[in-house]
Amino acid sequence: MEMLHLTAGRVAGLLSRRGVAVFSTSGVKMASHGGVTEQTDMSVPLYCDRLDTPLPDRPYKDTLSAADKSLKQKEKGPWNSLSKEEKLALYRIMFNETYAEMKKPTGEWKTVLGGIFFFIGFTGLVVLWQRYYVYPPHPRTLDDEWQAMQVKRMLDMRVNPVEGFSAKWDYEKGQWK
Amino acid sequence: MFRAALRLSVSGARSLTRSRPQYTASVAARSYSHGKQETDEEFDARWVTYFNKPDIDAWELRKGMNTLIGYDLVPEPKILEAALRACRRLNDLASAIRILEAVKDKSGPHKEIYPYVLQELQPTLNELGIPTPEELGINKA
Repeated sequence: MEMLHLTAGRVAGLLSRRGVAVFSTSGVKMASHGGVTEQTDMSVPLYCDRLDTPLPDRPYKDTLSAADKSLKQKEKGPWNSLSKEEKLALYRIMFNETYAEMKKPTGEWKTVLGGIFFFIGFTGLVVLWQRYYVYPPHPRTLDDEWQAMQVKRMLDMRVNPVEGFSAKWDYEKGQWK
Repeated sequence: MFRAALRLSVSGARSLTRSRPQYTASVAARSYSHGKQETDEEFDARWVTYFNKPDIDAWELRKGMNTLIGYDLVPEPKILEAALRACRRLNDLASAIRILEAVKDKSGPHKEIYPYVLQELQPTLNELGIPTPEELGINKA
């Protein structure tokens, strides 16, 4: 069994759009040294913004500033004494995106559709180039002049005279019926 | 009430049996699964008891809420009240607000559920000082 290296990028690719956003790597150092990026440490509880998981395994911000810490202390008292801004600050310490932000449309469809049209257009150019540089010369049997001579020969031979080709030609008048 | 409305819209054996006649046996003998079927009231009571645990810890709160939100139903206001009070005991205002957001999201297209739940929870919200997402302005991205 191949071991699954669960990088943050791979996880983001596997998860579907609905209800899920990319796992946040806050608190985990993504410092690169020697050209190698550090992978998310999957052995500790991770934060995630998911519609179906309202309370993630850990708070979003785990390193609190002094102001945050004092706010957390105030949270232990009656919440009615907190101002709206303080309540909002407490929310943002705990969580990254709100539900509304999670559900915000991304406009990804524009990129997808644009990409589709772009590549169809590119393919069109390739086909066009092919028509002029790859196709062999036009066979002369498809020229109008040759086709006319061919039709005349077929009529002279009386090809399918009963119900088919020559049956449609009026030999007296010299025209199609 | 909302659970019944949602269950009827789910094509599952459970919702179909609601319209079948009750058997008089002491153990409710349904023909689609083995064992006794838990009633809505029993379900609610179980979850209220879970969140009402006086020394509930943060993990249990998270686990309980995430599990509850995982079900195909919108929790009854009394369960949510117990959960909000558990947040209070754990000094976690942010989670209380998050729970309200999750309820609104769970309602999906049934837009009348969330205002009803807020209406039922209003006394608790006022008592504990929990703002609604609308009051904080986070209901819009």
